[in-house]
Amino acid sequence: MNWQPLWLTLRLAAIVSGTLLVLGIPIAYWLTYARWRWKFLVEAVVALPIVLPPTVLGFYVLVALGSRSPLGRWWESLTGHTLAFTFEGLVIGSLLYSLPFAVQPFAASFSMVDSELLRASASLGRSPAQTFWRVVLPLSKAGLLTGFALSFAHTLGEFGVVLMVGGNIPGITRTISIDIYDRVQAGDYAAANQTSIVLLVISFVVLSLVYGLNRRPLEGSRPSRAAARGVGVDPWK
Amino acid sequence: MEVKTTPAAPLAQSQAASPDLEVRIRKKFPHVDGSFDLNVHFRVAAGFSILFGASGAGKTTILDCIAGFTDPDDGRISVAGDDLYDSSQKCNIPAWQRRIGYVMQDLALFPHLTAEQNIVYGLHSLSSAERTRRAREILSAFRIEHLRNRRPAQVSGGERQRVALARTLVTEPRVLLLDEPLAALDRPTKSHILDDLRDWNRSHRVPILYVTHVGDEVFALGDQVIILNRGKIVAQGLPHEVMRAPRIETVAQLTGFENIFDARVTALNETRGTMTCRLDSGAVELETPLVHAEPGSRLRVGIHSGDLLLATEAPQGLSARNVLPGVIRGLDRRDVIVSATVDCGGAEFQVHLTLAARDALQLAPGKKVWVVVKTHSCHLMRGDDVL
Repeated sequence: MNWQPLWLTLRLAAIVSGTLLVLGIPIAYWLTYARWRWKFLVEAVVALPIVLPPTVLGFYVLVALGSRSPLGRWWESLTGHTLAFTFEGLVIGSLLYSLPFAVQPFAASFSMVDSELLRASASLGRSPAQTFWRVVLPLSKAGLLTGFALSFAHTLGEFGVVLMVGGNIPGITRTISIDIYDRVQAGDYAAANQTSIVLLVISFVVLSLVYGLNRRPLEGSRPSRAAARGVGVDPWK
Repeated sequence: MEVKTTPAAPLAQSQAASPDLEVRIRKKFPHVDGSFDLNVHFRVAAGFSILFGASGAGKTTILDCIAGFTDPDDGRISVAGDDLYDSSQKCNIPAWQRRIGYVMQDLALFPHLTAEQNIVYGLHSLSSAERTRRAREILSAFRIEHLRNRRPAQVSGGERQRVALARTLVTEPRVLLLDEPLAALDRPTKSHILDDLRDWNRSHRVPILYVTHVGDEVFALGDQVIILNRGKIVAQGLPHEVMRAPRIETVAQLTGFENIFDARVTALNETRGTMTCRLDSGAVELETPLVHAEPGSRLRVGIHSGDLLLATEAPQGLSARNVLPGVIRGLDRRDVIVSATVDCGGAEFQVHLTLAARDALQLAPGKKVWVVVKTHSCHLMRGDDVL
């Protein structure tokens, strides 16, 4: 079995899910607590990659990274080559592709933290930032873990976006799913099966870990009581 | 009394000496029975003040406004002369900078922290040595040292209450807001915690606003009672005054008036300290204690059944001012007392008698009687429509 695509895929998934952990938390924070009337539009945009065919997403990412787009030109002036058909381009495409798989569990777990706890924290003199760090994040561990693992597993199995943005360059953009596709095209079912089993096992282990670790529900996580109070209440005030 | 929204400097200085909490707020209040305006103005000094009223009267919303969790539509909230909120000055200090202690109904202990970590949570601005010292002090004052390393889920209801109180008190707030903090506790546990609270209040003279809908707690704690009904203050004063001479119906029902009549003031007899009220339900006039009211204004009269006398002949030489002729409509025996329904020209009175009195007077439906009402048995109340 050819280990290079597997290694490349694991590296890509680790970078993408790690970056989404950092980028996803502020986005999820905003989605949870902002009170902007057009917020639903942003929510819809974040969720788009779930329903969009990966080829559509990949196509637009390819256009955006190409040498005719401002981003592509800026990158080219910086590095001397375009983003398309590079590992960096693949990372950008995958970040967009897996964004909802990180942000949605994050936001769900933030909004599950009882808003009375946020008020208690404020009444004890803690700023919104301190409250987020000391109360919301610790009580959202399960959601953070879920979002991290889902975006990792989702990136592992990505195919359409990779093909559109990265092509099929061994060692650079040939991920494990493309490798499998190649084997099948070449009629090498035994090799395809071998690689597929490896991907299946890794995905299963990752998800089992998540569900296993999340088995014990956290006591502090329950739906907000703000609605029950009958008055619009902003816990961050 | 109108409050100056822009106090002059000397006034602000003189206020700074006293830790009074002054609240004047208006807020549209959504409610299942139709929305109403929360509109209150009160000032409370150091010590316990009870905010009393049925659920939905707006008690918690007042606390939320003081704490800064929700904004009034307009008004002013100040502590010791410092503005926390002032709509005319566009001043609105964020909740976390107000230094208002708030123990909420469901306590809101941090489930991921131990009792001790909960308690030091609000002491982040102190040195770690000072934090530990203060935490140890309050843990021992509230007799919860043994819980130090336990999480909220691992302690009992009464202990959680103590941890929540300790967590708030240790920050030495400028005002303490308690929203039915003892509602779920049994009586002995409750009275222990009340003792601890009173002890704490002796050494920390700050205004404590205690929300409850339980009458007992009013007498147990209050230096002052504010009674709230549908967003308005309907009575305010010392507990025994407000609760014994209630002026609103919610309190009347609590203290149990069997006779409540809608009435109109017809004359003021200022020299005698009385006034005359005509009941809506019949051609009956009652002489009642004089209160601040205009002739023609509407109010309610509450009379305990046990305060009424019955006579079978027109009584002579009585000190009681009200002698009303009527007819017995019914007699209803409840245990050892008899409740007589007497129709006095359209107004029905419930009069409680002993079995012996019933037999001695040979009372029966249709019998002509006189109902005797002392002036000071008439408790005057104002309904919602009046205020």
